[in-house]
Amino acid sequence: MKFLLRRLIRAVLLMVGVSVLCFLFTEMAPGSFFDEMRLNPQISPETIASLRLRYGLDQPLATRYLHWVKGAAHADFGYSIAYNSPVAPLLWERAKNTLLLTTVGMAFTWALSLPIGVWSASRHDRLLDRAVNAGTSLLISIPEVVIGLTLLAIVVRWRILPVGGIHSLDSDGLSRGARVLDTVRHLVLPVTALVLLETSIIVRHVRTSVVEALQQPAIDAARGFGIPRLRLLWRHVLPLAASPIISLFGFSLAGLISGSLLVEVISGWPGLGPLILDATLSRDLSLVIGGTMLSAVFMVGGNLVADVMLLATDPRIRIEEADAH
Amino acid sequence: MRTRTRALIVLAIGLHLILLFAGFIAPSDPAAQNRRLPYAPPNRLHFHGVDGWHVRPFVYRMVPGADGYEEDRSQVFPVHLLVRGASHHIVGLIASNWHLFGVDEPGQIALFGTDGFGRDEFSRVLYGGQISVAAGIAATLIALCAGTLVGLLAGFYGRWIDESLMAGSELFLSLPWLYFLLGVRAFLPLHLSPVRTFFLLTGVIGLIGWARPARLVRGIVLSVRSRNFVLAAQGFGASDIYIIRRHILPEVFAVLLTQAALLVPRYIAAEVTLSFFGLGVSEPVSSWGNMLSALQQYSVLVSYGWLLAPIGALVITSVIYALLADTLRSHLEFHST
Repeated sequence: MKFLLRRLIRAVLLMVGVSVLCFLFTEMAPGSFFDEMRLNPQISPETIASLRLRYGLDQPLATRYLHWVKGAAHADFGYSIAYNSPVAPLLWERAKNTLLLTTVGMAFTWALSLPIGVWSASRHDRLLDRAVNAGTSLLISIPEVVIGLTLLAIVVRWRILPVGGIHSLDSDGLSRGARVLDTVRHLVLPVTALVLLETSIIVRHVRTSVVEALQQPAIDAARGFGIPRLRLLWRHVLPLAASPIISLFGFSLAGLISGSLLVEVISGWPGLGPLILDATLSRDLSLVIGGTMLSAVFMVGGNLVADVMLLATDPRIRIEEADAH
Repeated sequence: MRTRTRALIVLAIGLHLILLFAGFIAPSDPAAQNRRLPYAPPNRLHFHGVDGWHVRPFVYRMVPGADGYEEDRSQVFPVHLLVRGASHHIVGLIASNWHLFGVDEPGQIALFGTDGFGRDEFSRVLYGGQISVAAGIAATLIALCAGTLVGLLAGFYGRWIDESLMAGSELFLSLPWLYFLLGVRAFLPLHLSPVRTFFLLTGVIGLIGWARPARLVRGIVLSVRSRNFVLAAQGFGASDIYIIRRHILPEVFAVLLTQAALLVPRYIAAEVTLSFFGLGVSEPVSSWGNMLSALQQYSVLVSYGWLLAPIGALVITSVIYALLADTLRSHLEFHST
């Protein structure tokens, strides 16, 4: 438990760090949402002053930060000026879609990259392995925007799939099953883009750690006992390689969440990405801060899950803990 | 292996020279609009016309037809090398009006077609490359300088300096960087002159990226510091500055070179992404990102495929840099072991 506690404290510190950074940036930022209003002759300076008072923008930074933390503890992330509504429900509405996209994307990414990585490692330096290597190198070096836009161009051009949104316009009249199918069809493009972005990186890491595991004496011994190849790979090699792969799961989250922002904007998926982009363009700062924090929460949450999994699969950590007592 | 490395370096230098001399290579002014030719498809180079074969390639004029554009076959415009045309500055310094190739008035040559304002896409890709690649390189320099400084401080002085700096780097490393980039960008003014946007953009991208190089440099400093010749130098009374300059920086340099080759394409992509979102370099200055932002409309994406040209340029640049990073890494690793 000590291991988990340490990770938990680290996660909390990380969140505090992110929020402090966000607030420092607001302070440094020249101009504000009200600058545009100031140019409007129909809005008097008094109105703007009272608006500033209402949103607490006249308070010093530290006071505002403490106020925000107090609110955030009750899942209140402030008030969006552009949408004229509290930030939390806005974020939650979109975060559900982002979570759906990233979870499905992650599931497919891992379902693809784990077998490919293990397989490629087991054929180390042969033709297949080299092909996988070359393919992943190429995919990694191609920028994310390019992959997203190219996919979109293909899909839009040949009208293979619906683009944009999460439902079709006429989906209200459909039966329950048809509606789910409709959503699935909308998911295909963003998920494919996300999988293409992430798979190459994960395949490479999986391959490296499996290659390392294959070189350990335990595996030679197992091979000596005549354990069949597939069973050897999945039952003996993979557990040996599990620790770095599970840590990778935590690390890959940051990339996945960043990638999903881009993919959402390009494919018109109504997740957090387009919301934050619009908020950035309209300088709706509390929404931007809330969104950035939420992305950090996803990150940290995912990392904690990875830590729990690490604790469950790696006996060395459990033994270290026992030794510490 | 040797020839491959050499070929790569020649390719990389060639790419940057092409971008550096964009004004000379591009046949037209990237901002010159032609309202009569919006979304014209790429000019085809012909060798065979109504009057038989030509040695010199030529183009026809594009005229609006029944269905989009068609070629006006009544007049040929041969492509000449080294012609005078729109004035530009070579490497931003020397004024000139020479161009590598072009056609006589009133013909036009648009190898990659034109965009919605009738501007020559080929010229814009070249000029946009100047902005995007320069942004990538500048941001890399900032990230590497900041990272080296932090890494040196953390690795050399250790203790609480090390711990607090590394905690900070962990913070920056663990954030989804695109959200972070948008978050930071949100706090900066939206509408700025292109030059100021360029500096702001490279500053933001570079400053977010300091964490990884800092960790790498710190690791090297730690390993170098414990070597006997460094301890001996310290024993002889060498100052910190001397040890850093004489023993540590040369070791760091090799790693930084590989890092640079890895970071430049990533930061070019960052600039492209931000400009694509409309948060980066703004019109009329072209960058690969803001050229692509027109494609956010599906109708444009479907009908005018040639506007994807910046993507091709971006892929070529990224692949060259990635291969370069790969060779650099294998060479330097060989060197250090």
